[in-house]
Amino acid sequence: MPAPEHARLVVVAASAGGVQALRRLLGGLSVRFPWPLAIVQHLSEDSSGLARLLASESPLPVREASHGIAIEPGVAYLAPAGYHLMIEQDGHFALSVDEKVCYVRPSADVLFETAAEAYGLGVVGVVLTGSNEDGAQGLQRVRELGGLALVQDPVEAEERAMPEAALALAGADAVLPLAGLARRLNEEAGCSS
Amino acid sequence: MRDSKIQDIEIELLVRALQLRYDHDFSGYAPASFKRRVQALLMHSGLSSVSALTEKLLHDESFLPEVVGRLSVPVSEMFRDPEVFKALVTEVFPVLASYPHFNIWQAGCAHGEEVYSLAILLVEAGLYGRARIYATDISAKALDIAREGILPAREARQYSENYRRAGGRHTLSDYFHARYGHIKLDDALKRNIVFDTHNLATDGVFCEAHLILCRNVLIYFRPGLQQRVVRLFRDSLVRGGFLGLGTKETLAFSEDSQSFEPVAGVTSLYRLGSGHAGT
Repeated sequence: MPAPEHARLVVVAASAGGVQALRRLLGGLSVRFPWPLAIVQHLSEDSSGLARLLASESPLPVREASHGIAIEPGVAYLAPAGYHLMIEQDGHFALSVDEKVCYVRPSADVLFETAAEAYGLGVVGVVLTGSNEDGAQGLQRVRELGGLALVQDPVEAEERAMPEAALALAGADAVLPLAGLARRLNEEAGCSS
Repeated sequence: MRDSKIQDIEIELLVRALQLRYDHDFSGYAPASFKRRVQALLMHSGLSSVSALTEKLLHDESFLPEVVGRLSVPVSEMFRDPEVFKALVTEVFPVLASYPHFNIWQAGCAHGEEVYSLAILLVEAGLYGRARIYATDISAKALDIAREGILPAREARQYSENYRRAGGRHTLSDYFHARYGHIKLDDALKRNIVFDTHNLATDGVFCEAHLILCRNVLIYFRPGLQQRVVRLFRDSLVRGGFLGLGTKETLAFSEDSQSFEPVAGVTSLYRLGSGHAGT
């Protein structure tokens, strides 16, 4: 069964400086935010601990994604440390331990590319602070398949390399600071207060 | 129709070709990871499309090992998830020690990283002489590499750290020689290891096992194939035998989960209940 035609999914890439950025991004979402989010945060040895931390401050439930579960609306999922997180066409998560991409696993490129293939124009790709180039190719794929691309303003980002790489390769529909990104997501989902 | 959807069709035809031409069944593989592997295989082959790849595969038998190798379980690392290996020593080895002889089956052994890790811990526990270890994989190519016991040296530092965290009693370098950018594991470690091909999608019980390790393999399978494999493991284990899965894998969704008890305090380690003896 394919993902519903109008299903939406937000995919987020964050690396160095990402924990603080995620706290602010998730903290800015409406408690009624209806779409699921799938998040890759690099260099997090303890992804379930990070999920608990983010959950304590976010209006949405935050969980570590597990293999084979159906993606639920209004939940933020974190890729588990050491595993690529992928989206199946039928709206389930899948994990793999295939080779690192951009020297990292989980890789945002892997998440974004599989999300784009599964959800097409229902995807919103968000690239935040970081010091490598992961997420750029994935964001390009999101745009190719009709999804929306949002990038954190490199001026505000703690590490600007990752948003800059995304902008150079994929471009974006909007370049915004974290507060603006949260506001835009709320608007897109029709729950801005 | 967009290119990506056309490629999905091509991949279905590739799977069908593998089945009809070579009796290799990849239809139970999880689609997202399988598609990425086909794409990687395509890139590596230099061919222009998945259809071209299928055509070559149909007419050139010598291409098959490469295709199977690249579509199957990826390489692991030595002592991956060291706490799991530590738990095998404390929770499982004492039970194995109660048998005069015991069998271990590592299903999906790839290049042998984990099976050599296990062998080292068995040596250190004084149990190696009583063990027979069956290391199987679908890929003959991967097994050739596993038999050699040669791994890339660039990972050696990580392996040593993992070994230490797994509770290793010496230093890992006691078990290998470094040369030309590789490490060659001590031949004595494979004295009791039998390497053989086995296809979890189509083959039956391989041996009667006291411990089965199959880590990070089930995540590559669709639910139907997962059920088949867990049933196969249930039927292969002796009463009270252990099953170790990857740390993100679980029996929670399996029809046979009732047959197993989780081992307390250890992620993804299960024990076959006494009411469900193997064959």
